[in-house]
Amino acid sequence: MSNYIFIESQDPFESRDPKFVEDMAIALKKRGHNVTVFLVQNGVLATRTECLARLTSAGVSLLADDFSLRERGIQPDEILPGVQSVALTVLVAALVQEQTKAMWH
Amino acid sequence: MSRKKLTLALMDPPYESANSTTALRIVAAALELGIDVNVFAYEGAVCLPLKDQAPHANPVKGTSVEEEEHPTTKTFVSALLEMGNGNPQLTWVNCGLCVDERGAGNVVDGVKRGSPADFLKMAQESTNTLVIPTK
Repeated sequence: MSNYIFIESQDPFESRDPKFVEDMAIALKKRGHNVTVFLVQNGVLATRTECLARLTSAGVSLLADDFSLRERGIQPDEILPGVQSVALTVLVAALVQEQTKAMWH
Repeated sequence: MSRKKLTLALMDPPYESANSTTALRIVAAALELGIDVNVFAYEGAVCLPLKDQAPHANPVKGTSVEEEEHPTTKTFVSALLEMGNGNPQLTWVNCGLCVDERGAGNVVDGVKRGSPADFLKMAQESTNTLVIPTK
């Protein structure tokens, strides 16, 4: 079992590309891996919508960069349940765990 | 592997993408955690530590250079190299061919010149590698 971290920086309303990340994350989770999607930059715009519902239902961990949220005026009470606002150090600490594969999108 | 080490490959030029800001924040976060960091700057990212960058006034707003406090990426890179000057260690390597193509050789102190072979070596000796591509 490996740890997979997908760092999603893309706005889900700008293109359909984040959907591919979502599909891959769910597929890896179904295969028994630990999967985290870390939202950063315009990727955090997804935290106010239902487009993350499939990921939360699949058991994928959802983290959002607190700095990116503040930059875009997204308040903590606007974030969907299941998404955790965290500092970037949380991402870095996860990246240096053994058996961890990271992909930036 | 006793010490944790993170390698980043950067490609975006300064002042073009939020990727640069996030990448520099990741470097700072890693150093704060005591993690060694390698940065391999490729393509436009070799201009991040360019010494010729200069802060500017904003004539639209009527602000002076001092009032504007325009941030430059060379200042951020210098600050990170200072943070990572020892334990933890930050190693910043600019791709030499990318530098030559852009005439971007005048960089802040501490930035090294290398090649993609250095990136391979960095990745092999690191706990993990994160590639931040251009969009």
